[in-house]
Formats: sequence, C-alpha cells, structure tokens
Amino acid sequence: MFQMTTKIGGNTMINRTREMLIEKGLFITAIFSIIVILLIVLFIFREAVPIFQDYGFLHFIFGWEWAPSEGEYGVFTMIVGSLCITFLSLAIAVPFSFLCAIFMAEIAPDSMRKILKPVIETLAAIPSVVYGFFGLIVLVPLVRTHIGGTGFGILTASLILAVMIMPTIISVSEDAIKSVPLEYKEASLALGATHWQTIINVMVPAAIPGIITSIILAMGRAIGETLAVIMVAGNVAQIPHSILDPVRALTSNIALEMGYATGLHYNALFGTAVILFIVIMILLVIANYFHYKKKIVVGGGYL
Amino acid sequence: MYLQRKWKGGIILISIIILYLLFRPGVHYERIEIAGSTSVQPVAEKLAAEYMKKHPDVKINVQGGGSGLGIRTAQQGIVDIGTSSKALKPEEKDDMKEYVIGKDGIVIAVNKENPIDDLTKEQLRDIFSGKIRNWKEVGGPDAEIHVVVREEGSGTRSSFQSLVMKDAKIRPDAIVQGSTESVKQTVKQDPYAIGFVSMSHMSDDVKAIKIDGVEPSEKTVADGSYPLVVPFIFLTKGEPTGVVKDFIKWVFSPEGQNIIRSEKVVPAIANVSDDD
Repeated sequence: MFQMTTKIGGNTMINRTREMLIEKGLFITAIFSIIVILLIVLFIFREAVPIFQDYGFLHFIFGWEWAPSEGEYGVFTMIVGSLCITFLSLAIAVPFSFLCAIFMAEIAPDSMRKILKPVIETLAAIPSVVYGFFGLIVLVPLVRTHIGGTGFGILTASLILAVMIMPTIISVSEDAIKSVPLEYKEASLALGATHWQTIINVMVPAAIPGIITSIILAMGRAIGETLAVIMVAGNVAQIPHSILDPVRALTSNIALEMGYATGLHYNALFGTAVILFIVIMILLVIANYFHYKKKIVVGGGYL
Repeated sequence: MYLQRKWKGGIILISIIILYLLFRPGVHYERIEIAGSTSVQPVAEKLAAEYMKKHPDVKINVQGGGSGLGIRTAQQGIVDIGTSSKALKPEEKDDMKEYVIGKDGIVIAVNKENPIDDLTKEQLRDIFSGKIRNWKEVGGPDAEIHVVVREEGSGTRSSFQSLVMKDAKIRPDAIVQGSTESVKQTVKQDPYAIGFVSMSHMSDDVKAIKIDGVEPSEKTVADGSYPLVVPFIFLTKGEPTGVVKDFIKWVFSPEGQNIIRSEKVVPAIANVSDDD
C-alpha cells in the first residue's frame, strides 16, 4: 500500500513535468509562427526605410514613373495593375465557382461528386509556372488573334488567375454550404419551398460568411501570385486604359528586378513589398468587415 | 531523476557536437572572389567550378550585381576579379587590367513569318524607341510593331541600351519579359513581335535579323564585323598575383577557352598573347 502510494506520487510528478513540457512545447511552436512573421515584416521594413527617406513615402506610392536607371521609383502604376488583375480575376472566378460549389454541395449525384472533387483538387495542385507557361503559349496568342492588342495584358492575366483561384473558392464554399445545419433545409422544405428556393433563400445566406472567407483566400492568392502573372501580364509599368493593356503587378516588379538590384534600387524593391503588404492588409480589413457584418445578419445560425 | 539523467546525456552530446563544429581542424583554402555582370556570371561560374575541380585547395565565389558593380568593387579591391560586359570608360581604366575572355553577340529576333531580313542600326533604334511603330515603315506588312524587351537591370538589356539605343530611351510601353526564353516564346508566337536575345541563347524557332547587312554568327562576332557584340571582361586591380594570376592564365589556356565555347560564347584566344 505504502509502496503503491509513492509510486502514484512519483508518477504524478513525472506526469506533471511532462504535462508542463508539452504545454510549453506547444506554446513555443505556436509562438514560433508569430515570431517568424514579425521577423520577416521587420526585415522588409528595415530594408525599405532608405527608399522612403530618400525618395519620399508619398512620392514613392503616387509616383507614376518607374525607371530605376534614371532614379525614378514610383509604384502607383503597379498598385493599379495589381488591383485590376485581382478584381477582374475575382469577377470572372467568383460567379463560376459559386455556382459550381452549390452544384457540388447540393445538386450533384454522389457518382458525379466523386469525379468532380479530385479533378478540382488536382487543379489546385498544378504549379503556377505551368499555368504561366500555358498562358504564354496558348492564351496569349488566342487573345491576340481573337480580341486584339499584343495578347499580354490584364485580361489574359486575369483569365489565368481565375482558373488558379477557382479551386480555392469552390472547395471552401462547398464546405460552407455543406455545414449548414440540416434542420434549416428540412424546415424550409417542410414549409413547401422547392429545392432551388431552399438553396437560394436558406442555404446560401446561412453559408455566406464561409463563402466570403473563400473569396478572401482567393483574393490573397490572386494578389500574391507572381510567376504566372509575370509570364502573361506584359509587365509594362503604365496606367492601363483598357483590359487589353499590359500592366505590371507589384509582385512581378520585385521578382523581375531582384536579381540585379543594388543600392537604392534594391531598397525600392523592398519598398514595393511594403506597399504590397499594406495593400493586402487594407483588402483583408475590408473583406473581414463584410465577413463579420454578414455574421450578425445570420444571427444564431452563424457557422 | 531518470528523466533528468536522460537529458544530461543529451545535453552533453549536443555540446560535444557544437564544440566540434566550432573548433574542428580548419582546412586552409585560397579564395578568389568574383562579382559583376550577370551576363558573364554563368560562364564565370562554369569556369570556377572546373578550376576548383582541378585545384581542390582553391575556393572561388562568383556573384552577380551588374557590370557597374563589377568595375566598382574591383577598383576598390573588394573582389579579386570584377566582371563586366561593357568596355571600360577611359576614366574607369586607371590601374585596371582588362582581360577579354570571350564575346557574345546580341541577336535581334523576329517571328519566322516576318518578311523583314535586314535592318539598320538607326531603324532598330527608332523601332525600340517608338519612333517607328508600324512594320510598313521598314518595308514590312501593315501591322503594328510589338516590341519585347528584357527587364531593367538585365545584362542583355543594358548592353542593348549602350550598343543600339545610345541616349534614346526604350519605349516605356514595350512588353517586358523576365527571361531570354520568354522573349523567344513571345516572338515565336507573335508574327509582329521583335525582341533581342543573347546569341548564346539563340535557337531556330525565331528568325535572326541582319544588322547593316551582317548576319550574326560566331565568325562575324569574332572578327567584329557584326555591330552588336558584348565583350566578357575580367578585371583586376593592377597585375594579378598568386592564385588569381594562375586562374586567369588557366582561363586563357585551351582548356579554359573550350569551357567558354561550350557555354556558346565566342572565345577570345587571340588575346592570350598580349596578356602573358
């Protein structure tokens, strides 16, 4: 009996230490990602400071001319370029993916879903350089001969990006629609609504926060995509006048010139990264605002 | 207690490993630092790798940064060899020793369907500056010219700028592509495109244009009759000594020149006599 107690006592002590170690270990792994993010942000801002001091922050953001060899570092045209490509690709991808998600969650028979799901997952797994190359070889000549311009431009880049972000929107939205409580659907059907009426008036509104999340994720990918955009956007630092005009995205600017940049030019590329960071933050805040606004509208049914 | 003992063993083991890494018997290397032109970089890397294979006690570090950086750092003595793909200006020359290790041509490429075969340097400048905007102005079909260039800072672009454009600016609305390969792909699929690529990357899927009637080839680049030639230059501050001297001498040996040729750069074996 005595022996027993000591053993249990000893075990408790070991257990307690182990428990504590695991707790601390998990805490360290969790805090690690935050530290990494902070370090990266700190580094980017530190490298960007000289360009803001020498060239002027507002001058840098609102300058229209990017010509490092002549000492001009305005990124405004690229902010416009990035936003144009991102929004046009969302405008193309969201309606398609939204309807596809509804189809997959509610209408498609099981046999069909079994084929669709892996196909869409494969679409998400294709590396972006492959999309870019496909765009350069197939889409650019297609746009040039059938629509006009040089083929390089907002439209081509948006089309490629739309295909790239569709899997994200589809799978996240589908999960959102699927996780709407079955009672909602049953109640709606019991009240005499048709299947379609139920989807549009009950299921989708209840799943809206999840759908907005999917759009936020897709937007993040679209604005951050670099390689595919470099290959098809034309990379001209100018304000576009039509969707066929070539533009340069913020990400492309960094990737294109990083290999050679020295001195202030190098700092200007980090400055571009800071601007990209700010643009993404602003977009995220706006998107999250809608996310939470819709969450309140749905009330008790938030998912 | 048991747990702690296990830890103690681990801690001792880790400290031994760290101590070994910190104080392991040092191996002495001769070092050569090379930096500069991004066009010269691949050749320099290949040369360095081959040289290090033959001389395991030498470490050569090759970096990019651009011709300007290569000239500057060689002058300041930060690197042992600076590389440049531009001939030095007279004011940069003092005390610097130049070795032209090879030459590359810049080829003006158009689509194979394009009927134009020959352009003058002036026409080329007008096309890339945006003064000439339609192919019919240079005797081609009535279609807009789609100008494709490389990104700012690229070695090929800066050579093109200094050889062809001089003080004129490349039109700001020219399509920018990030690599020689994508310039070629763009020209290949667009019948009205024109772009420049380095001769070492030229292939059959696009058409090379004659400049002032001279076709780009290894021969015309070597004898200097083709006007768009980029020299690949190694720079040292004063006479090179020791392992740097040996490396440069090896570069000009038949073996070194063969490596340069295998990188599709026209070797400059003729220089070997004035440098030794």
